[in-house]
Amino acid sequence: MSTVLAVADIRNGEHRSVNFEVFSAAAKLAGEMGLSVTAVFIGNGLESLTGAAGEYGIANVVVVEDPALDKFSADTFAAAIAEVAKAKGAAVVLMGATATARDVLPRAAMRLDTALAQDTIAMRADGAKVVFTRPMYAGKLLGEVSIKSMPAMATIRSKAFKAEHSPVGATVEKVAVSLPTPRVKIEELALENTGTLDVTEADIIVSGGRGLKGPENWGILEDLAKTLGAATGCSRPVSDEGWRPHDEHIGQTGKVVSPTLYIAVGISGAIQHIAGMSSSKFIVAVNKDEEAPIFKASDYGIVGDLFEVIPALNEEIKKIKGND
Amino acid sequence: MNIAVCIKQTPDTTTRVKVGPGGTGIDEAGINYIINPYDEFAIEEALQLTEKNGGEVTLLSMGPASIEKTIREGLAMGAHKAIRLNVDKTPDDPTVTAKALAETLKNGQYDLIFFGKQAVDDDHGQMASLVGELLDLPTVTVVLELHVDGGSATAKREVEGGLETIRFSLPAVVSAQRNLNEPRYRSLKGIMQAKKKTIEVVEPALAEAHLVVEKLTPPPAKGEGKIFRNGAQDAAEVVRLLREEAKVI
Repeated sequence: MSTVLAVADIRNGEHRSVNFEVFSAAAKLAGEMGLSVTAVFIGNGLESLTGAAGEYGIANVVVVEDPALDKFSADTFAAAIAEVAKAKGAAVVLMGATATARDVLPRAAMRLDTALAQDTIAMRADGAKVVFTRPMYAGKLLGEVSIKSMPAMATIRSKAFKAEHSPVGATVEKVAVSLPTPRVKIEELALENTGTLDVTEADIIVSGGRGLKGPENWGILEDLAKTLGAATGCSRPVSDEGWRPHDEHIGQTGKVVSPTLYIAVGISGAIQHIAGMSSSKFIVAVNKDEEAPIFKASDYGIVGDLFEVIPALNEEIKKIKGND
Repeated sequence: MNIAVCIKQTPDTTTRVKVGPGGTGIDEAGINYIINPYDEFAIEEALQLTEKNGGEVTLLSMGPASIEKTIREGLAMGAHKAIRLNVDKTPDDPTVTAKALAETLKNGQYDLIFFGKQAVDDDHGQMASLVGELLDLPTVTVVLELHVDGGSATAKREVEGGLETIRFSLPAVVSAQRNLNEPRYRSLKGIMQAKKKTIEVVEPALAEAHLVVEKLTPPPAKGEGKIFRNGAQDAAEVVRLLREEAKVI
């Protein structure tokens, strides 16, 4: 029986949070298509991590361990994914749309002479075919795409699918593959150890715009973010001015995010910014200008001086959190 | 150095795009087209490298004759010449484009092949990886910093929460992230010179498409939002609703 492959992205010996969403999405799709579902783990020292597949409804686990996979390389990981897809006769290959997957899966797709839909936010079976929904024009439009060749490959956007706990007993199979010599050498992976959450992985984002008037005023946003366990983001003018690091820039030419809650503070809502955050599940805007376009994209809008509103919101949230 | 930069014409990011007739493409009426913003970083990097090391920058782009206006914008930045892969319409499937580009690039003896990290129209973000795989070349994507030293190079690329430093030999494929450099403005002289530069037209063989766009739709419209007009005085009520109605905190 053909299978749906769910490829885990492991970083520093830990699951990326999107993996559980991938496992659940793969199990659900396999159910709709009447196919088996298989989780794939690539690397070394993965024993303690494979159990998560069974927790999210995947009964078959394939582990590819090889000394050559000790260090990550897009070339070797792409080859490993392609080899497993061939060996298992995969009909579909899914992986979270992490920086790793966005780089690795296109290469695997080329090795398999198939195609890849990046950054999908929904999928459904249509007979033997899978139809993937993916934002295009940074979310100004949604495209439904299908892939005629096998396997159909897709990366899935973090937070777009639900991780559903559904434990099953899983069997682990070790698969050996032949791997190419990497074409590049990773000399160093320097993670900025700021303890902050990347905006693409955050459930809640507190995002600031030019209305904050300067980098020295970011403290009120950071306080609110801390209370909410949120990441901080910003609009493009803010990162262009160097008030905030550019990896916080949310918008068409920055990061495109889909958190559960997005709080836009002092952001007027240029079309490029809206494109980067409009797929958030719930949007709150705070702006002094009632005519600001951001309010049209928002579920709740507070018209007022953000320097008063944000500390007040923070205090109120602390109160209800304190009662939890 | 001999450098190729693969560019794409995209709608200006300030454009409101609408679904066109047929439902699988956009309505092209009234759209202002530009060079894909990420591609400008790629062109700038290539220009700086040839200014330092000598050599030529060749732009490659796939599309109908109408994209030559956008190609000339890149020539006006200082690229030396261009190749247009003639098709009626840019393919929806990035693998079709990648295969055609790879065939053309094979003839060029390029030390470096640049791309923008993604095109802001279909947002596939995979062209550099596809072409690198087809050409069996070292490929480094989403690059924020690049140092070329003779036959080898070091790049820093963005991953979640950090930077990877990657060393590789040339020839190689690199895709540019925003902030790799500061793309130059087109000077009047550059614009005048661009008019005389050569755009060679080649007829690519097109592979069969694997990825098909079945439908484009506008995203679901948001319902009418609730607006609170009393500033900080409404904070308690908004927080209550966020918990009890929206259930998001």
